[in-house]
Amino acid sequence: MMDITEIEEQSALDKIKKGERLDDRGLEDFRDVEVETGVAKKAEGSAEVRLGDTKVIVGVKFGMGEPFPDTPDEGMLMVNAELGPMASPNFESGPPGKDATELARVVDRGIRESEALPLKELCVEEGEKVWKVMVDIHILDYDGNLMDASALGAAKALIEAEIPEYEDGEVKREKTKEFPVNKVPVACTVVKVGDKYILDPSLIEEKIADGMVTVTWTEDELCSLQKRGNGGFTKDELLDIFEIARKKTDGLRKIIE
Amino acid sequence: MKKDKKLLKNGKRIDGRGIGDLREMEAEAGVLERADGSGYFRMGDTEAIAAVFGPRELHPKHKQKPQRGILQCRYNLAPFSVEDRKRPGPSRRAKEIGKVAEGALSSTVFLEEFPTATIDVYMEVITADAGTRCVALNAGAIALADAGIPMKGIISACAAGKIEDTPVLDLKGEEDQGGQVDLPIAMNADTGEVTLLQMDGMTNIEEMDEMLELAIKGCEKVAKKQREALMKTF
Repeated sequence: MMDITEIEEQSALDKIKKGERLDDRGLEDFRDVEVETGVAKKAEGSAEVRLGDTKVIVGVKFGMGEPFPDTPDEGMLMVNAELGPMASPNFESGPPGKDATELARVVDRGIRESEALPLKELCVEEGEKVWKVMVDIHILDYDGNLMDASALGAAKALIEAEIPEYEDGEVKREKTKEFPVNKVPVACTVVKVGDKYILDPSLIEEKIADGMVTVTWTEDELCSLQKRGNGGFTKDELLDIFEIARKKTDGLRKIIE
Repeated sequence: MKKDKKLLKNGKRIDGRGIGDLREMEAEAGVLERADGSGYFRMGDTEAIAAVFGPRELHPKHKQKPQRGILQCRYNLAPFSVEDRKRPGPSRRAKEIGKVAEGALSSTVFLEEFPTATIDVYMEVITADAGTRCVALNAGAIALADAGIPMKGIISACAAGKIEDTPVLDLKGEEDQGGQVDLPIAMNADTGEVTLLQMDGMTNIEEMDEMLELAIKGCEKVAKKQREALMKTF
């Protein structure tokens, strides 16, 4: 993938002004969403999500650990994201930068705030031993909208996950049982370009964005928001954006349930 | 969500504020000598200092943009700003806040006037009692103006939230811990454009409308305080 030229950016911009897009989608259409599960055999749950050319793998692993002092009777959720160098010529090796950190934390908040996971049930011994739910997001191919792809992959990987038994002080990975997920948080990023809103931005469309808001909905509640990039939104624009995202997340949730 | 203590009684909060009241504010411009611009902001017990350097040459050079400058933010909690000493160095949370702060401030600065340059905004939280990113941004915006950086308007920030099912403005520490929703925003109070928006907690569109309204009114009051501080430097 070459770097994006100004001419490409301009043509994407001209299209959107006319209510069209470079790949002939409607403004609020997603690219084809493909979700595959069981893609990582050693993970207790995994999912691969493809949005057009964007490809993300999410794996869930369970482990035993000491709880945080302020929540001694709750399991722990950890979400990590890596923008590895294979996914884009512009990604470099090394510790997670600002973009990877934001990605992981927005996905984390969607899951955490929706109370999707039964964290209290993941306590084995109060103050001593609790389950750690470790969600790792791996970006394989970056063509825009990592946020929505990753959130969808994380939700699907958790739904698919089976939790190992814990017996005689050991995690028995060969014996597993179903892992209950109470709610399904799904993220939708609404992107403002001029006076138009578009969904599921490609890499080029992300570059020309005047601002974007990632909105995470459960079945019935708004559980996380993150305005990203430069630019600003009026209150009325924001209220419209929450509604647009709500409709779209209802559709996306059906794909993974 | 711990419910051991009532956070609201007859429409009054634990510190006696009404639901739409901000904490007491204090603002000052030009608090540091070496920086090109600096600012101090306090909201209740939360206080932050910010310094601005630049526009100056951006290193490494490959990060330079030929058409415009960039604005970089560092947000940091001082190790002594919280109950248990925080390990020095940037946490994941601090990295993320640095990034959203860049988004919040970049949109108000005329960056096209400074091709290849950077404007660096360093924000240090001295005491944390909730609302640290907002207080840090308020100090940062004062520092940008104090440095003479051309801007479309000043960025002002505050948070709304929900405690005991009631939307309220500007949560303090105990309210934040026992609260259901935290909604920090930053905006250009002159244009009504919200340039930072984060939210976590469970809510719906009607409540969001109410909370946004509270936060927008709050930002307008913050903007007034920031302007007063800047006027005093002349």
